[in-house]
Amino acid sequence: MALRQAAIYGKGGIGKSTTTQNLVAGLAEMGKKVMIVGCDPKADSTRLILHAKAQNSIMEMAAEAGTVEDLELEDVLKVGYGDIKCVESGGPEPGVGCAGRGVITAINFLEEEGAYDEDLDFVFYDVLGDVVCGGFAMPIRENKAQEIYIVVSGEMMAMYAANNIAKGIVKYANSGSVRLAGLICNSRETDREDELIEALAARLGTFMIHFVPRDNVVQRAEIRRMTVIEYDPGSKQADEYRTLARKIFENEKFIIPTPITMDQLEELLMEFGVMDEEDESIVGQTATAQA
Amino acid sequence: MSQDVDNIKPSYPLFREDDYKESLKNKRESFEEPHSQEKIDEVFEWTTTEEYQALNFERKALTVNPAKACQPLGAVLCSLGFEKTMPYVHGSQGCVAYFRTYFNRHFKEPISCVSDSMTEDAAVFGGQQNMKDGLENCKATYKPDMIAVSTTCMAEVIGDDLNAFIGNAKLEGHVPDEYPTPFAHTPSFVGSHTTGWDNMFEGIARYFTLNYMDDKEVGSNGKINIVPGFETYLGNYRVIKRMLKDMDVDFTLLSDPEEVLDTPADGEFRMYAGGTTQDEIKDAPNALTTVFLQPWQSAKSTKSITATWKHEVPKLNIPMGLDWTDEFLMKMSELSGKEISPELAKERGRLVDMMTDSHTWLHGKRYALWGDPDFVMGMSKFILELGAEPIHILANNGNKRWKKAMVAMLAESPYGANSEVHIGKDLWHMRSLVFTNKPDYMIGNSYGKFIQRDTLYKGEEFEVPLIRIGFPIFDRHHLHRCTTLGYEGAMQILTTLVNTELEHLDAATRGMQTTDYNYDLIR
Repeated sequence: MALRQAAIYGKGGIGKSTTTQNLVAGLAEMGKKVMIVGCDPKADSTRLILHAKAQNSIMEMAAEAGTVEDLELEDVLKVGYGDIKCVESGGPEPGVGCAGRGVITAINFLEEEGAYDEDLDFVFYDVLGDVVCGGFAMPIRENKAQEIYIVVSGEMMAMYAANNIAKGIVKYANSGSVRLAGLICNSRETDREDELIEALAARLGTFMIHFVPRDNVVQRAEIRRMTVIEYDPGSKQADEYRTLARKIFENEKFIIPTPITMDQLEELLMEFGVMDEEDESIVGQTATAQA
Repeated sequence: MSQDVDNIKPSYPLFREDDYKESLKNKRESFEEPHSQEKIDEVFEWTTTEEYQALNFERKALTVNPAKACQPLGAVLCSLGFEKTMPYVHGSQGCVAYFRTYFNRHFKEPISCVSDSMTEDAAVFGGQQNMKDGLENCKATYKPDMIAVSTTCMAEVIGDDLNAFIGNAKLEGHVPDEYPTPFAHTPSFVGSHTTGWDNMFEGIARYFTLNYMDDKEVGSNGKINIVPGFETYLGNYRVIKRMLKDMDVDFTLLSDPEEVLDTPADGEFRMYAGGTTQDEIKDAPNALTTVFLQPWQSAKSTKSITATWKHEVPKLNIPMGLDWTDEFLMKMSELSGKEISPELAKERGRLVDMMTDSHTWLHGKRYALWGDPDFVMGMSKFILELGAEPIHILANNGNKRWKKAMVAMLAESPYGANSEVHIGKDLWHMRSLVFTNKPDYMIGNSYGKFIQRDTLYKGEEFEVPLIRIGFPIFDRHHLHRCTTLGYEGAMQILTTLVNTELEHLDAATRGMQTTDYNYDLIR
């Protein structure tokens, strides 16, 4: 099969890295050759595959060696569970430097060093939080990831973020080949969560590719720095991730998203009771005034 | 202190007049909190010692006169080599002013190049709007047939995506879809001007050929593509054309700024002149193969052309000096099936004749040199061929593989036994080297003049004269029109080297009744 490249976006803390590593483990189980490229200065996108705290990142090692040109591919590319190749771009400490540039530098390095070899079936980019600057859009530029998955839950802020990410994708989709490939719902057990995400997906022009239920086995696996598929292959949750992997493998619904306005999003949230109807009369009223 | 309108003096000698000397002395003493001359001289002397050199070579956080420039400068030169092409730099305006003045000062020519002037708001919101307006304005105002886009640091740090921005600008009709807009990302903080040239060339080649390879066939046009790389000697473009025409080899020079960098003063301003045509670059995959005149700086283009055009790029060195010009011409002959012409054979013989005529003066002369990796390698090779010694060899933008190749080349000649190769080092390192291990001459760009001044200040016997061969040369006129490649280039370099030596010998032996016993008419 031809190499497919996918990027995973979503609000910070939504479970992007956990979901990515579990679904990639599922693909590896299917016999697919996969590489994960962590695009987050925290460098925690590959720990469940490598059973490591945090992998040495490209930027970290480049800083040590002096320049990126002094690095070799084998210095930064590690192989873990299911022969999954793992790379972390890394980046600066919080509050300094430019993490976005780190992503650009790292991906250029991988390309120049031939990391995208011909036997790979999939490359997954696990990208920090939101598309906050051009650097974090690097994975969705021409000839990089062509399918974007957004991890989302029924919480308001997660859905805001998903809509914002869709806006980011449109900028690149109009003149390029990048497409939104679906929403992955990582359940927070909010009310009517599946229906809500399906409704949001429909508004964005896409679909909910899978609903991943909440299960404590994920946490148990995580403290052992393992994916569920490796830690407890017989568990129900492992099957959920396998299903997600299979759905992604079979997915052909790649679209240019139609992001919605803030008002439309709020209407949707009110419809599902996630947000109350705004009472304009109380805006700006202190407690004393209202009493 | 006032100037007389009939006798206006420039700063020198004006400031040597007594009232200026007095005024400058007062300024210094009243406002500059100067150290004593003894202290200044003590520190100066210290900077010329081995001890200081050891500290200097441990320097990490500072570069002084880097002996290289930044990527977009190279991208601009590459773009100028294409017919009716406007170099367009996506980013801040000051950078582009720098590229233009840099070339102005070297070529003494107007240089056309535009910027889309990104400012604070573009840094926050991204430069897409600048790209849309910029492309539209550039096309409407300067009417180029092609706009070649590169980037400055600012656009690179915020991660602007040229492919998407240019695509969106076309989608919205700011310039027509079919209008040629090749592009290359050229972050200044990576590599050097030679990397930028390479990236831009790769961008142009990709733009015109990548999606049009179906009807292409290697060798079908019978030509050889010649890629010059970052080349600032106009004579080099001319000599390559002359030699190949002389051999009747059909060729295309891919990026040829010879005309636009040398327009005549005949009353007509030429924003565009000459250059490689779009048809030529489109047809380039049909050539027999592609030859890179400066292979060390053409890594990305070589890789891309090998993969896309399926050309077997021959392994050659820069055609400088005797051996490597031979190698180049023989390869041209082999590729094209054409004989090396009797004219060129005769020219080679003349060069060998010149080398033997001058060898008594050049044998064992010691040179320090710097510049881009290919130039420095070719120059070192020719110095070895002359029986002279390239002792300090420096290329800030040379990589480790280049250094290894240099060391191997030097090991093959007895004249290379005392040579040291430095990469990632600057001209302040070079200054230390020429103080602690004195060469007879330095070969490099204008920035070397400050090293020469410093060596003279230490004492006449320490002075290392600068021979200006390289880029940029701001303080001498018309040297950019010379030739360094081919037999012709070797002849010009040889003439310069030997006559510089003889000038210095004359200067040393013209002492009336002291040294003039050797002030000979015949050298």
